[in-house]
Amino acid sequence: MFAQSTFQWDYYECDTEIRRYQMNHMLKFNLNGEQVEVAVKSNEKLLDVLRDKLGVVSPKFGCGVAECGACTVLINDLSVRSCITFAVEVEGKNVVTLEGLQADGPTKIQKAFVKHNAFQCGFCAPGFIMSATELIAKNPSPDEEEVRHALAGNLCRCTGYQNIVDAMNEVAEDNRRGVK
Amino acid sequence: MKETLKVVGHNAVRLDILEKVTATAEYTDDIAFGPNLLHMAVLGSPYAHAEIVSIDTSEAKKLPGVKAVLTGKDYPEKFGLYLEDKSIFPVDRVRQVGEQVAGVVATTYEIARNAVKLIKVEYKELPLILDPYDSVAEGAVLIHPDLGNYKIEPWLNAQPGTNVAHLRQIRKGDIEKGFLEADEIVEGEYYIPHVAHTCIETHISVSKFSLDGRLTMWNSTQSPHTQRNIMANALGMAHKDIRVIAPPIGGGFGGKAGISMEVMAAAGAKSCPGHPVKLRWSREEEFSNSSQRTGLRNKVKIGFKKNGKIVAFKHEMFWDVGASAEYGSNVVNATGFSATGPYYIPNVYIDSKACYTNNPTCSAYRGFGYSEFSFGVESTMDRAAKILGIDAVELRKINAIKEGEGVAYDVPMNPNGLIECIDKVAAEIEWGKEEKSDDPNKIIAKGFASVWKAPAMPANESSSAFIKFSEDGSINILVSGMDLGQGFLTAMAKIAAEVLGLTLDKVRVELPDTDRNPYEWQTVASHVTWSCGNAVKRAAIDARNKIFDTVQRAHFIDASQLYLEDNGVKCTTQDSFYIPFSDFVITGIQTEHNTWIGGPILGSGMFMPEYTNAMVDPNTGLGGHPMVHYTVGAGAVKVEIDKETGRMKVLKMAEAFDLGKAINPDLAKDQINGGFVQGLGTALWEECIFNEKGKMLNDGFTDYKIPTILDVPRDMNPILVEVPQPDGPYGARGHSEHTMIPVMPAIANAVANGLGVRITDVPVTSEKVAMRMNDPKYKEDMRK
Repeated sequence: MFAQSTFQWDYYECDTEIRRYQMNHMLKFNLNGEQVEVAVKSNEKLLDVLRDKLGVVSPKFGCGVAECGACTVLINDLSVRSCITFAVEVEGKNVVTLEGLQADGPTKIQKAFVKHNAFQCGFCAPGFIMSATELIAKNPSPDEEEVRHALAGNLCRCTGYQNIVDAMNEVAEDNRRGVK
Repeated sequence: MKETLKVVGHNAVRLDILEKVTATAEYTDDIAFGPNLLHMAVLGSPYAHAEIVSIDTSEAKKLPGVKAVLTGKDYPEKFGLYLEDKSIFPVDRVRQVGEQVAGVVATTYEIARNAVKLIKVEYKELPLILDPYDSVAEGAVLIHPDLGNYKIEPWLNAQPGTNVAHLRQIRKGDIEKGFLEADEIVEGEYYIPHVAHTCIETHISVSKFSLDGRLTMWNSTQSPHTQRNIMANALGMAHKDIRVIAPPIGGGFGGKAGISMEVMAAAGAKSCPGHPVKLRWSREEEFSNSSQRTGLRNKVKIGFKKNGKIVAFKHEMFWDVGASAEYGSNVVNATGFSATGPYYIPNVYIDSKACYTNNPTCSAYRGFGYSEFSFGVESTMDRAAKILGIDAVELRKINAIKEGEGVAYDVPMNPNGLIECIDKVAAEIEWGKEEKSDDPNKIIAKGFASVWKAPAMPANESSSAFIKFSEDGSINILVSGMDLGQGFLTAMAKIAAEVLGLTLDKVRVELPDTDRNPYEWQTVASHVTWSCGNAVKRAAIDARNKIFDTVQRAHFIDASQLYLEDNGVKCTTQDSFYIPFSDFVITGIQTEHNTWIGGPILGSGMFMPEYTNAMVDPNTGLGGHPMVHYTVGAGAVKVEIDKETGRMKVLKMAEAFDLGKAINPDLAKDQINGGFVQGLGTALWEECIFNEKGKMLNDGFTDYKIPTILDVPRDMNPILVEVPQPDGPYGARGHSEHTMIPVMPAIANAVANGLGVRITDVPVTSEKVAMRMNDPKYKEDMRK
């Protein structure tokens, strides 16, 4: 499974011990609806592969250890912290980032976040939107406490979260009333 | 022509929200620099205080992929915002754990990190100081023996031969006499630990030194022009040859004010000309080697008359500024002038000391020292209220400073709505109404605090702005303030739109680039709406005058009859007269002879407060005008406390601030909500914990808890009060930092009101509340 790839320049730069461990692998998965193939090292994280090798930069680096939620992506419809996910783990899976969600323009959740000025610096926004998307897919009209529990793994230092909650409450209410 | 405001003061969706919600905003780390990009990693000191005996970089240099290894031998230059006590890389000694000792530039970050591990450093440990009281103790080891030789702003008073980097004294009236006149004297001693900004985006700089000798930096920063100035001085380069670009910033809160790790990225780039070099802090590095909030040990002593009037106020503050005071010295200065809180007091004695320690360097943090000292002042006020038998809110109103009354340095107070803020918060929180929990094990208590803060800045800080029209009548505003999330871009757009009769969809404001955008000191001090807002307003008026001039020359209508509305020019005496901007702001106006009058419309504006003077008498703090104005406000919380476990849940908050005029009322309220929650973290949980060797033990979000969406009150009540600032744009003054300040004392006061236990050291953790609840040592009703 750990086939040699054309990315040999990485291979030669490491010392012997690391070299054995960092064999390249040709990873195939579905990213935002399209099949991609990319050579990755076995210890490379999904976040770094998305950002540095595939140019998909909506997932952000905030901590590197799954504490802040800024790197959240969906893998087979479940929200996952891409900073602690080995890239090789998504072999054959569906990975969705914000770029994929909004391929046909901003989603209902994004529009509600715009209307409510839900973010300030905006760095945590993509992660929040991914977690919120997972919630609404499972539970289209959550109550406020359900919203808060679903988003509790995403840290925001700017807003005090009030507008994020207000926007989500509006989405839930619209869904309850069948508003498109 | 109507006088009512059409844009300013109305709610609006922030200009940059769509780019943030769609991840279109390119933060520094999102920019593609191509395969030529190099990566940098830094070796941090394991010791809090040690001599550097030797550094051996030979093994690191041999690792394939390493392009350069940097130490203090190559980059010993000193730098700093107010006091140049920091080295790009230290030469002879390290002063905090994590301080950079060497840097490696390599083709990948992984190689750079591996190379860092190959650098061998021999240290000789020195005695270390971790507490500000130890810093000023007799015989303490000197952390900066060369303090007397550092370049320093003339308004700072360093004390060479000691660990005091700056001393600000206030001596107003006669403090001895004041205390003799007092009927009650209430004293307290308080402690505030270091806390961290924890922007979700860590510090990052990408720097490129091109072969033609120019340095370009993409920095996550609040201070592009100030960084350019510091870099020019440190590297001996011309300002014009340095370009600082400020992409969107993932949080600032003061932590990205001034300059810190960016100097290392610039040094790395200088060692590898032609390559962009990226230095991005890990979360651990962000905690230990960017900056933290100043720690404080302070003693408050207040003398009251029986009627509640304060007659004497003594405040000694020992600030733990950490290993460098290059920025923290100004926190010490600003609070030295202001540590009375928002009260009129005839006799004031303040000592504010910047004490070097071997803790991480401290600099600006939202609130700029006011959160720290206000905890002691507002806790003491509440204890005094109980001793005097006066309601705590009433006691604050009795002493609330009014327009024209002298502040601590005896300059008249600006117009303000402090009483209105206090009353509105008290009404919202239903002050005085006793409330009971449904759970017999829990009580419900309320706490209150009133606060103030002034922008802390050099007397000659300044802002400037350009406005340029395009063919369709839309404008681009060029400014160098940063939108940290507070809504700066939207505020500037609204101010220009108001003057120029534009709808908001015709206005674009972009983030700074020092090559193209005009000068701004820094986006700090909650002052850009006021300062840069004035510059933008003047630039808009300049553009308006040029529009009037063009129309006057083409249509022979006197400028005094013209006004701007609906994206064009109208006339007060001819209802049918209307020329849309798109007809002439680039092309000019065609005459009957087919000649053209006018040309591209541009406006420029600048602002600097011309009444400020930082050169006070160093012994008394009097004789100058160091602060421009104060923004006042009040805050209160309703807390449910478990009587067994001490666990607290904040059910409701109310905060009111007098921001003069809300340019964006909804965004202004968002600042109150966000600042309150940041304050809530520092009040209940946040604390940088160090071991006896000065190493931070909780440098990650698992052990350093910031509030999540579950931890915040469900009932948030931001309140805006508007007593106009005479020299503010449309009367505006800042309030974004202030929103944090009331929270720590309000929580401690609520705990004291509910359980009779006085917590004098934050954070007010459940553990402390539970352990001290029945300990007489912490009982509330003490005079001392």
